[in-house]
Amino acid sequence: MDRRDIGRFVGMDQAEEEKVFQERVDAEEKIEPKDWMPDKYRKTLIRQISQHAHSEVIGMQPEGNWLTRAPTLHRKAVLLAKVQDEGGHGLYLYSAAETMGVSREEMIDDLHEERAKYASIFNYPTLTWSDIGAIGWLVDSAAIVNQISLQRTSYGPYARAMVRICKEESFHQRQGYNIMMTLMRGSDEQKAMAQDSVNRFWWPVLMMFGPHDSDSVHSAQNMKWKIKRQSNDDLRQKFIDQTVEQANAIGILLPDPDLKWNEERGHYDFGEIDWEEFRRSMSGGGPCSRLRLAHHRQVHEEGEWVREAMRVYENKKRSNQEAA
Amino acid sequence: MTSHTQLYEIFIRSQRGLDHKHVGSLHADDAEQALQYARDVYTRRSEGVSIWAVKSSDIAASQESDCGSFYDPLDDKPYRHASHYDLPDEVKSL
Repeated sequence: MDRRDIGRFVGMDQAEEEKVFQERVDAEEKIEPKDWMPDKYRKTLIRQISQHAHSEVIGMQPEGNWLTRAPTLHRKAVLLAKVQDEGGHGLYLYSAAETMGVSREEMIDDLHEERAKYASIFNYPTLTWSDIGAIGWLVDSAAIVNQISLQRTSYGPYARAMVRICKEESFHQRQGYNIMMTLMRGSDEQKAMAQDSVNRFWWPVLMMFGPHDSDSVHSAQNMKWKIKRQSNDDLRQKFIDQTVEQANAIGILLPDPDLKWNEERGHYDFGEIDWEEFRRSMSGGGPCSRLRLAHHRQVHEEGEWVREAMRVYENKKRSNQEAA
Repeated sequence: MTSHTQLYEIFIRSQRGLDHKHVGSLHADDAEQALQYARDVYTRRSEGVSIWAVKSSDIAASQESDCGSFYDPLDDKPYRHASHYDLPDEVKSL
């Protein structure tokens, strides 16, 4: 059976099906794997969920870079636990994408052939220990703002994966903030190191929410289908508003001269993002883009003997069963 | 003699958006029949919107007694929980 036929309503044509589908979405009912859904909805979600999964897994690289150099055994154990969680999040998301009929191999292949993207934030290097603090605090906070919103996305398996992931993320954010807080209570060198990390990560973190709503190509349709629940600009504003207080509490300066409270709007105003840098990073021109992909490909190739052994073992087991 | 020898485990999704939940098991000849029986037995009072029937023999299960460390709650690793980290008083949400 063609997978597009799964869940097809009996005796309905395409237009009627789309109407029923949209009514279901409008009524805040989740779409589940065997329901009929427009082809474009399926394609959009496969793209979004798989790219989300790739981001979790690629994100293990910049943090993994400091596993052997964490300043104490405790910090090392914490970072190890966090990186392990990220791998798990990748798995939740790949599994959610697989419910739409795409295979793990196709998704990995799309990543390696650069047909699929991942969050541009992971194309930046982790130069100092405090970068690990900045990533946990800022990158994970930004991810949480986005993922809390996605808990209400219309596709059931994606929404449920988000609930599971959000539960684990708050530890990530807190351990990062704890690193920054500790450094900001330390020596002048430690304070300078923490501030330098925030100076480098602040703007790329704001880019994580994507282009302005006015420049966002897919936004309108994705909002109508409730794949997206809040706009890029709204989520970005929410993140900035909550982060200023956290930065002030530990004496970190956010590197934006235009950042100030706007009484009338009830939000912080902020400066313009360098979108040229965002585009460069998204299209493989980020400082570590080549490194990240090359490492993923290399590890994948080095693991080929394991997959091969599993295939041989499966075949042997099957032929033994048939012979018996 | 009937050959209702296959045991099926039945899982019901009570409403869209929720996971399927195990509700019990029943005997049936094949998967289609298992679904029909499950509908009759487990969803007479609109308990669900979707049923999964899985052959009991296809379920791989572990037991508490198999291996203690399998279920170790890792109480020696409290740093995995957000509540392990103190926040400055001024920070209301994080």
